[in-house]
Amino acid sequence: MSTATLPASATLLRLATAGSVDDGKSTLVGRLLYDSKSVLADQLDAVERVSRDRGLDGADLALLTDGLRAEREQGITIDVAYRYFATARRAFVLADCPGHVQYTRNTVTGASTADAVVLLIDARKGLLEQTRRHLAVASLLRVPHVVVAVNKIDLVDYSAERYAELAAEIRAASADLGVPAIHTVPVSALVGDNVVDRSDATPWYDGPSLLELLEDLPVGEDVTAQHLRFPVQVVLRPQGAARDPQHVDYRGYAGQIAEGVVRPGDEVVVLPSGKRTLVEAIDTADGPLAEAFAPQSVTLRLTDDIDIARGDTIVAADDVPALTQDVTATLAWLGEKPLRAGQRVLVKHTTKVVQAVVRDVVGRLDLDAAHLVPGDTLELNDIGRVQLRLASPVPAEEYAEHRRTGAFCVIDPADGLTLAAGMVGDALAAARFPGDRPADFAI
Amino acid sequence: MTTTTDAPAVQAAPYTLSHLDLLESEAIHIIREVVAEFERPALLFSGGKDSVVMLHLAAKAFWPAPVPFPVVHVDTGHNFPEVLAYRDAEVERLGLRLVVASVQDYLDDGRLQERADGTRNPLQTQPLLDAISGGRFDAVFGGGRRDEEKARAKERVLSLRDEFGQWDPRNQRPELWNLYNGRHRPGEHVRAFPLSNWTELDVWRYIERENIALPGLYYAHEREVFDRDGMLLAVGPYSAPRTDAEAASVRTEVVRYRTVGDMSCTGAVSSDATTVADVIAEVATTRITERGATRADDRISEAAMEDRKKEGYF
Ligand SMILES: Nc1nc2c(ncn2[C@@H]2O[C@H](COP(=O)(O)OP(=O)(O)O)[C@@H](O)[C@H]2O)c(=O)[nH]1
Repeated sequence: MSTATLPASATLLRLATAGSVDDGKSTLVGRLLYDSKSVLADQLDAVERVSRDRGLDGADLALLTDGLRAEREQGITIDVAYRYFATARRAFVLADCPGHVQYTRNTVTGASTADAVVLLIDARKGLLEQTRRHLAVASLLRVPHVVVAVNKIDLVDYSAERYAELAAEIRAASADLGVPAIHTVPVSALVGDNVVDRSDATPWYDGPSLLELLEDLPVGEDVTAQHLRFPVQVVLRPQGAARDPQHVDYRGYAGQIAEGVVRPGDEVVVLPSGKRTLVEAIDTADGPLAEAFAPQSVTLRLTDDIDIARGDTIVAADDVPALTQDVTATLAWLGEKPLRAGQRVLVKHTTKVVQAVVRDVVGRLDLDAAHLVPGDTLELNDIGRVQLRLASPVPAEEYAEHRRTGAFCVIDPADGLTLAAGMVGDALAAARFPGDRPADFAI
Repeated sequence: MTTTTDAPAVQAAPYTLSHLDLLESEAIHIIREVVAEFERPALLFSGGKDSVVMLHLAAKAFWPAPVPFPVVHVDTGHNFPEVLAYRDAEVERLGLRLVVASVQDYLDDGRLQERADGTRNPLQTQPLLDAISGGRFDAVFGGGRRDEEKARAKERVLSLRDEFGQWDPRNQRPELWNLYNGRHRPGEHVRAFPLSNWTELDVWRYIERENIALPGLYYAHEREVFDRDGMLLAVGPYSAPRTDAEAASVRTEVVRYRTVGDMSCTGAVSSDATTVADVIAEVATTRITERGATRADDRISEAAMEDRKKEGYF
């Protein structure tokens, strides 16, 4: 790792892997770590030792990423594992998500925070059901970039025709599913072609290697095109506990900016009260700031003494989102027990937890036909549309436009389990599923 | 990286946070969420660099208010004296309440037995869990990083522990966006890991940027050491040579520690890194992981860490 030279301004890219089981994901991740020199000698020794014990010839790089004992015993990846590597140009966090059907919830988890999804397909097999499902998940979760690695290109004799055919198929599927930006690269994870270094075996491909592509992807959203959204996490009022007497009367609102830019003097509205005031100062432990932007963690002080609590949202006065108790949402259902209409749940939206009841389960998404099938339950791994009624109003915005303030999770009030990833609005329509038009399906 | 070293770093566009700023913001967000949603949080503080960085972040998260929770130290009785002195000075400086869970007390009254190999790290679990239930702590901040070890790579930022303090790796809650679900039943608690996404190098870069003081043994110094199992152990009251070969290897070397733990099983590395910048350069070119180099207890088996975590270890 030559990462000591990583400049202070270098950015961090969050990746999530996806793909069907056996398409070569573990091998690819192992290869990325190995070729970017992020695997250290003792880790490699352990992998070589285990590979030998299993009677393999070389080191099985997939072992680098298969962490838990059960996985080692069964030879499968069962849970999201996080990997870290850096090049001289950028730092990466990689959420390695297992490919079994029953673990789609892991893909949802990994994709929720990802700047890019790396989706593997086996060049021999092409697009499988699970590939489409993962494309749909990436699209629904509005992951800004999807990079499809057409793997095992060595097993189709480095065929330019096969790659072109698959690339066209991927583009068509991505367009159907509304994937924001799609990139394709022919690779062999096993041999290393086009993973870190460009390969001589694919002279017909003149694009970047997978790693080069990832190094150059733009990261984050354009905060200047957004309006301030600041969910309050904690109210800071040290009073008598202040370590510095000058802060006895301090009152600040601490949180992480979800969207937009804020400056002292900006006019803001506090939701749900609707009270208007001005930003007096933006505080940090390192001193006040002249401006702050998403996703910085800061503390805002306001000109007026308004009653503000955790769960409130401070927003730009010139773009105040509507408050609503009735939410149409897309759910990725992650619970073992099915969801039914009438069920009571908790909804965590930004920093607020509210009670809710499921008014209606409208239907679930059929990924093969890419349209909504009417139905009244959602089972584990289903993605569907529901109507929720919340116990108190929240500034829920369309997820398609607001990846932070449009997201929520559904929690079981009885046992505290996380039941679903929720996206406000008709994310299915936003993802342009062909059969999913209002005419087909009136809500 | 051979292919890209001459290429420029991807420059942050205006209004893009650098990777350290992003990690800092994420950690502060996590710390504030836990404090807002739990009744009695506490922070595990050993004086080791990760816990020091975590405490620094906590102080920033609540400024100008004080850190709103106590710190817990599991004292194996085999600690480096300079680390204990550092711990006490930090507690004093930040006006914290310190809860000490003492492994020695457990050995003295027979609740725990000394192990044949003399290692006390595995003995920390019981005192830790007792301190958590005794303090009725419902959330405990730990400095664990996912880059440390394979089992940790799957740990959630908020990780539920049952009433016995156990971790069930097969039954973890999905963690979506930055919406952390801290619901738990009475008797259960949650471990919170604000540094989940940091690497060893990130921690050091942050220590440099923020000018954070650490116990001196993180930097190169002379020390009397001997060889055991391919590690350099300090000659001290809790770690003396046991065999002739070990005794024959005793010598003074310039070393530093990459992790700070129990003297009896934490190895030093040969190093002449006397400043943070030296350490960063060294860490960036090292070929051995932090734990592989310095922790005897993780070498017990392939799955040593996973087994201890399931039982409620840090
Ligand atoms: N020939 C060839 N085999 C590969 C390639 N990538 C992976 N494999 C093999 O495909 C099998 C499945 O790979 P693995 O990484 O375990 O798949 P995962 O289930 O997606 O993680 C293993 O036997 C790999 O060695 C490749 O690019 N070329």
